[in-house]
Amino acid sequence: MIAPKIKKKTADVNGLTPKDYASDQDIRWCPGCGDYSILKQVQSVLPEFGLPREKTVFISGIGCSSRYPYYMNTYGMHGIHGRAIAIASGVKATNPELDVWVITGDGDSLSIGGNHLIHGLRKNFDLNILLFNNEIYGLTKGQYSPTSPTGKVTKSTPFGSVDTPFNPVALALGAEGSFVARGIDRNPVQLRDILKAAHAHKGASLVEVYQNCNVFNDKAFDLFTNKETKDDHVINLETGKPLTFGGGTRGIILDGFTPQAVDLEKVSENDCWIHDPSDKIKASILARFFDYTVVRGDLPRPFGIFYQHERPTYEEVLVQQIKDHSHEKADLDTLLSGANPWEIK
Amino acid sequence: MQKIVEKTLTKSDEVVILFAGDSGDGIQLTGGQFTETVELFGNDISTFPNYPADIRAPIGTLSGVSGFQLKFGCVEVFTPGDKYDVLVVMNAAALKVNLANLKTGGVIIANLSGFDAKNLKLAKYIDNENPLTDHSLDGYKVHAIDITKMTREALKESSLGMKEIDRCKNMFVLGFVYWMFSQKPDNTIRFIRDKFKKKPEVAEANITALKTGYHFGDTSETFTSRFQVKAAKLPPGRYRNINGNQAVALALVAAARRNDLDLFYASYPITPASDILHELSKHKNFGVKTFQAEDEIAAACAAIGSSFAGGLAATGSSGPGIALKGEALGLAVILELPMVIVNVQRGGPSTGLPTKTEQADLMQAMFGRHGEAPMPVLAVASPKDCFDTVYEASRIAVEHMTPVLVLSDGYIANGAEPWRFPASEDLPEIKKPPLPDNGKAFREDAYLPYIRDENEVRPWVPVGTEKYEHRIGGLEKELLTGNVSYDPENHERMVAIRARKTEQIAGDIPQQTINRGTEGADLCVLSWGSTYGAIETAVRDLVDEGVPVAHVHLRYINPFPSNLEKLLRTFRKVIIPEMNRGQLSVMIRDRFLIDARTVSKMKGLPFTVDEIKEAIQNELP
Ligand code: SF4
Repeated sequence: MIAPKIKKKTADVNGLTPKDYASDQDIRWCPGCGDYSILKQVQSVLPEFGLPREKTVFISGIGCSSRYPYYMNTYGMHGIHGRAIAIASGVKATNPELDVWVITGDGDSLSIGGNHLIHGLRKNFDLNILLFNNEIYGLTKGQYSPTSPTGKVTKSTPFGSVDTPFNPVALALGAEGSFVARGIDRNPVQLRDILKAAHAHKGASLVEVYQNCNVFNDKAFDLFTNKETKDDHVINLETGKPLTFGGGTRGIILDGFTPQAVDLEKVSENDCWIHDPSDKIKASILARFFDYTVVRGDLPRPFGIFYQHERPTYEEVLVQQIKDHSHEKADLDTLLSGANPWEIK
Repeated sequence: MQKIVEKTLTKSDEVVILFAGDSGDGIQLTGGQFTETVELFGNDISTFPNYPADIRAPIGTLSGVSGFQLKFGCVEVFTPGDKYDVLVVMNAAALKVNLANLKTGGVIIANLSGFDAKNLKLAKYIDNENPLTDHSLDGYKVHAIDITKMTREALKESSLGMKEIDRCKNMFVLGFVYWMFSQKPDNTIRFIRDKFKKKPEVAEANITALKTGYHFGDTSETFTSRFQVKAAKLPPGRYRNINGNQAVALALVAAARRNDLDLFYASYPITPASDILHELSKHKNFGVKTFQAEDEIAAACAAIGSSFAGGLAATGSSGPGIALKGEALGLAVILELPMVIVNVQRGGPSTGLPTKTEQADLMQAMFGRHGEAPMPVLAVASPKDCFDTVYEASRIAVEHMTPVLVLSDGYIANGAEPWRFPASEDLPEIKKPPLPDNGKAFREDAYLPYIRDENEVRPWVPVGTEKYEHRIGGLEKELLTGNVSYDPENHERMVAIRARKTEQIAGDIPQQTINRGTEGADLCVLSWGSTYGAIETAVRDLVDEGVPVAHVHLRYINPFPSNLEKLLRTFRKVIIPEMNRGQLSVMIRDRFLIDARTVSKMKGLPFTVDEIKEAIQNELP
């Protein structure tokens, strides 16, 4: 049975509001947690997709963020630690017409579930993967995570963590992700735009969302949210527009392969790097605006869509292969008898 | 003056043959053809291929020996046999590896050119000592034939090159063996014509070699005896040959097709289960979706996802992989979603003996999950039994909304036998728990995913079903709503419900019957899994001799059939032969306080019939 690709309807067709997507369950996140904002942004964009509510499903792993499906009045599964993408792959393979969302965290998808993340991106099932990155283990009450900066002092690393953190965007690009973006809980407008683009993208969309854990890792992303600092440290990526920041006073130029932050009083905006998310090499360079030490100048942290390029999704090809063979007779009795049956009388 | 040689005909009930040679000698094909021919003739047969353990072992070496073992007979055949009556060896290494299993006085057919100095050295015969000439084989009937030379001679007119001509050797051997067992080569001639349709010279060369081998038996003076094995009295019907892994795959396709379900099989390559994935991935025209996952865990989780979306989901592996899937199987238990998990067991622990058989994962199947996580467990008895058992597992999974674990093993997976296949219309219907439409299933418009029927079975509502949106998860759930609940009373109640749910299946499976012998016999041999064949053969022989023994074989291990205890209590003693240290015995003792005695074998090899007979005799006065 092959489901036809559903035509996306307009917002008013299903007549749902963000509230209709909220379940009756009390939300158990700590007050002030960044998760609330992300939940809200997703609930507010869903009606715009015009899909019947039953076609939407949220699959999560384990962690604070993974409680998410219980708060959505759609189909949902709260899975096991790290395995949400694997579960979602099976859902999508069996019913490709579903709108499948994966909710995961930095521990869930980059540590215990790292294998499923990289292979999920590579296989390119049409999943919307929201990676809530708070650079800490919240649910287990404060151990360092694979995105915590080196030297991070936590319960499990009283003398500072030893390991180098993952750069999730670079990892996703390296894993052949076909849509890679970064958002932040405190910029809801941008986050909603990213969510819409991720949903529209056919293929695995990885959206890393910086999410403040005000209990165990407060202000981890302060640099990017604090009024005092954010202008100098945030650069918002807009397709076709020059990379500028600092309230329009600074820009990014590419000197060979090396990005440099420049003063727009000295360099013209026209000479700045124009953002093109279809360019994977440039996306890879942008992804490196992360480790300040390896590039010259103080590079701001990019937010927005780094890379987007559609290629056939896994389920598309899976279904196509079945279609390609659908003209062959599928007679169960012939299958059971095999090529060389014989009769005993 | 020509000597007239009288050719005698020995009649046998059953004969065990091993074809052995280098991987390049076409041994599997030779054995396969012999199998087809005697099957068409009407014999019962059981076969087992033996591939070299190393992927690319050097030619002529001991580790490169490939074998094809078969037992065929005019009586019911349950195993590929223990010791060989006839050993066909293409080179010295094949003889050395397999001689120990040849019956005293058995027949050796040896390819003379495979015993030249080079081959003897590769086979590590000291100082090139040649077993064919040093009288070490005096206790056997040895026929050393210069197969290479005679094949070349027969094909000297052929346009083929020497390499291709030499490749026809196996057909010479097959022709000769056909003669020896009074079988006609016609089926193989048809097979060769078909296989080499596009290469008529190759076809003709093979047919010539086959016929030359056949006539060689007739004309050669050395061979005085032929065997005859009459056709067996098999129940009438249509038959085919099938191995265990194929039968698992076909059962899944059949269960899905017959019941309008979308089959989804997720698996990670592992010996000896990979062939299930290979077989299923061929059947795209049946809409079968296969998924080679990035690891064992992903395979189990993807199957859970598929089931949530309404697919008939299955995953297969062997012990180490099942261990990795353990956490996900716990999730499947608490979610109460249907899926089939097949464990094709192999020697363990750890990587253990990947190509050898064992049945030491019973405890893992029963208890190898965290928490109280009851799961129905079924075990297959033989290659053809894989079909019925896996179909039945699919039925239980769907009708009882539960993961079901099926235990197979390497011996069954690769072993093959004739199978009287069913007509598709005779396959049982699998009844999906219906979509609830009454008000009871809803509370204030919210669907209650964990309402249950009298057997604790909840409805199966696939993602995408309008008005039934619901959430499920791995956290303990509230009775009806499925919402997270940490309430102590609720947890205890849920644990009890999940246990009862599995127990209730006992009311939906057949009563345990006796395979051989009668109720109340002095001794019961209780078995599960692939020990079936050896035990059935041994008990049949002994019952025929009047020994008071019976055989009871289990397909259903969790739950046990409801009459099992009563049945077992009728016997004076119970023994349980297992290829483990006594895992079923632990269960039988625990459940019934019946003092079952374990007969253990842990060699990566199945029990022989003699070993079972001996174990039985030891228990009887
Ligand atoms: S522990 Fe941190 S991440 Fe978890 S809910 Fe509380 S604030 Fe949010």
